[in-house]
Amino acid sequence: MSTTTAPNAIDAVFAELKARGETALIPFMTMGDPDLDTSVALVQAAEKAGAHMIELGVPYSDPLADGPVIQRASERALKNRIGLVDCMAVASKARERGVKMPFILFTYYNPALQLGLNAFFSLLKEHGFSGVIIPDLPLEEDGEARAIAEASGIHLIPLVAPTSEARVERIAANAKGFVYCVSSLGVTGVRTSFHEGIEGFLATVRKAAKVPICVGFGISSREHAERFAGLCDGVIVGSAIVRKVEEALPQLASAETSERDKGVQAVQSFIADLKPRK
Amino acid sequence: MTQASQAPTAQSVPDEHGRFGPFGGKYVPETLMNALIELEEAYLKYKDDPEFIEEVRYLLKQYSGRPTPLYYAERLSNHLGGAKIYLKREDLNHTGAHKINNTIGQAVLAKRMGKKKVIAETGAGQHGVASATVAALMGLECKVFMGEEDTKRQALNVFRMKLLGSEVIPVTSGTRTLKDACNETLRYWVSNVNDTYYILGSVTGPHPYPMMVRDFQRIIGLEAREQVLEAEGRLPDVVVAAVGGGSNAIGIFHPFIDDKTVRLVGVEAAGRGVDTEEHAATMTKGRPGVFQGSMSYVLQDEGGQVLPAHSISAGLDYPGIGPEHAYLKDVKRAEYFPITDAEALDALGILSRMEGIIPALESAHAIAQAMKLAPTMAKDEIMIVNLSGRGDKDVESIIAYHAKLEKGEKL
Repeated sequence: MSTTTAPNAIDAVFAELKARGETALIPFMTMGDPDLDTSVALVQAAEKAGAHMIELGVPYSDPLADGPVIQRASERALKNRIGLVDCMAVASKARERGVKMPFILFTYYNPALQLGLNAFFSLLKEHGFSGVIIPDLPLEEDGEARAIAEASGIHLIPLVAPTSEARVERIAANAKGFVYCVSSLGVTGVRTSFHEGIEGFLATVRKAAKVPICVGFGISSREHAERFAGLCDGVIVGSAIVRKVEEALPQLASAETSERDKGVQAVQSFIADLKPRK
Repeated sequence: MTQASQAPTAQSVPDEHGRFGPFGGKYVPETLMNALIELEEAYLKYKDDPEFIEEVRYLLKQYSGRPTPLYYAERLSNHLGGAKIYLKREDLNHTGAHKINNTIGQAVLAKRMGKKKVIAETGAGQHGVASATVAALMGLECKVFMGEEDTKRQALNVFRMKLLGSEVIPVTSGTRTLKDACNETLRYWVSNVNDTYYILGSVTGPHPYPMMVRDFQRIIGLEAREQVLEAEGRLPDVVVAAVGGGSNAIGIFHPFIDDKTVRLVGVEAAGRGVDTEEHAATMTKGRPGVFQGSMSYVLQDEGGQVLPAHSISAGLDYPGIGPEHAYLKDVKRAEYFPITDAEALDALGILSRMEGIIPALESAHAIAQAMKLAPTMAKDEIMIVNLSGRGDKDVESIIAYHAKLEKGEKL
C-alpha cells in the first residue's frame, strides 16, 4: 500500500544543500502555542525566513528533555487541549498553503504509544511528515518504532549526546535522515556555553554517520549557528524561537489581524536573522 | 492450573533489559543512557560483594535500628474480630519510615562509585529526609527537589532536610508535586550527570532503579517472613501494603512472591473517590504507558497526557507506579485496591486510639484496607500490614482536615 521506494524529502533537501555548500536551518516550534491557526502561520513564516525543514513540537505534560521555555509553551498549548493529531494537522494545513519544506514531528513517546504505533506512523505519512524525533526513546527501546518507521518511509531521527561515547557508533551507523547531536549536557534551552569537547564529539559522530549530522540544544543566535555551520550539516533552533513566540504572544493572540501579522512578522525576522551567512 | 502457578518466579524478573514482562525498560533521553548503564554495572558488581553487603548490613542495624519489630496488634485484631493482625514496624526506623533502607544502600553504592554529590526527589519528604540523612552520614553534598505544593504541606520535613545540611529546591513546574519533582530531578541529572548520583526513592523510573530499590527494600519482607515463622510457625495468609510508587509494598511482597498461598494486597490512594477526578488510583483507573523512564500503569488522558494525581497523603499522589507492581497485577500475583482520603483518616484515628501508634497517612491506607479484610477472615488467619512510616509529619494535614470537617466543608 505504502510506497516505500519514494525518496524522503529530508534526504533531498540535504543533498541540495550539500551541493550548494549550505548548512540547514531547522527551527522548532511548539504546536498550539498560542493556537493551531497561529502555528500554521508561523510555519509559513519560518519557510519565508529561510528555514530548510522544521520540527513541529507536540506539547506534553512531562517534557523531561525540555527546559523552562518549552515547558511553558507546552503548558499553554495543553490548556487549549492540543493533542498529537492536532499537531500533525498543522503540517497538512501548512502544506495546503504552499509550504514546501520537509516536516519533522517532535513528540515524547507516550502520546504516540497511546495512539498505537501503526496508526501513529500512518497518520504521520497522511499529514506529510518526513521524519520524527522521540527524545525519550533510546536505541534499546526503539526496535518496534524503527521497524514501522522504515516500512512507512518516515525517518526516525536519533539523538546522540556528549555522554554517548561508545554508543555513538551504534546509534549513528543505523541513523536515518540525520543524527541529532545534543550540543551539551542538559535540557533544551538558551545557554551561553556548549560542551567543552563539542568539536571532538561532532567529529566522532561525523565519522560514524552515513547521514548528515545536525546540532541542537542551546543554539540561540546567528553567532552560534555560524560557529557550528562548519562542523555539521544543520543547526536546530528551538527554545530561542519559542521564547520569541512567547514575547509576541500579546500580538499573536490579538483579535486584530494586523496585530497578529506583526507578531508573526517578528518571529519571521528572528528566524531569518539566525541563518548562517555562508 | 491457576494463572499464579504459571507465573515466573520472583527472581526471574527483571530480565537484562529491565523488563518485568512488558513493563519497565529505560525510556530516558540519550544523555542519561550511559549513566544508567554505569549505575547498573556498578550495582551488579557490588551487590554480591561481601564488603558492600556488610557495610549496608551494619548501617541498617547500628544506624537505622533494624530489624524492625513485627508487632501483634492484639487490640486492633480483637476490635475487628477476624484475622490476627501483625504490623511490620518500619515506622521505627531511623528517620521514621522505610525509605532509609534504600537510601543507605544507594549512598554506600554512590560512595563506591566515587560520587561526591547526590540528588533526590521527594513527595511527602520522607525520601528527601532519608537522603539528606545518609548524605550527612557519608559526607555527600545533597540537593532535594520537592514540589512547591508539598513544601507547604510538609514544612516540617523541609526544615529537617535543611537542618541535615541539604539544599531543598522547590519545584514550581507543572503540578508542583511529586511528579514534577521527579521531572526536575531528572532534568538536573541530565545537566550534571558526570559528577552526580541520583538517589531515586521508589521502585519507579528507568532500569536499574526498580530492581535496585526493590533489592534494598526486600529486607522488610525477609525480616517479616522470618519473624512470622518464629511467632506463628507458619506463613501469613495476607500481606497488605500501601502503594504510591510502590517501594514499601514491593519490599514486603517480594520475599513472599514464591509462597503461592500468601495473598499480596496493594493499597492505592483513591483520594476523593475513584469516580472523581481527584485520586491517585493508578491501578484502578490507569492504563499502560511510558512515564518517567519506564512502562507501567499510568493515570493519563486519551491522548497520553499524564493526569495530576490527588491524595491527602503527599507520598501517594503519584500518577505512576513501579513496573514490577504492574507486572504482579497482570500475572495476578498481587491485587490492588483503592482507599479514599476519608477511609485512611478514619483508620489513622482508630490505630492511634487502639494501639497508641500514629501511622503515616500513606500507611493509614494499608491499615484501612486491613480493616476491611480482617473481619472477613477467620480468627486463626494471619495478616501482616506494612506500617511503612510514622505519622508525626502528617499532624498538620490532619489538623487541617479536622478543621474542614468541623466547618462542614468538602474534604
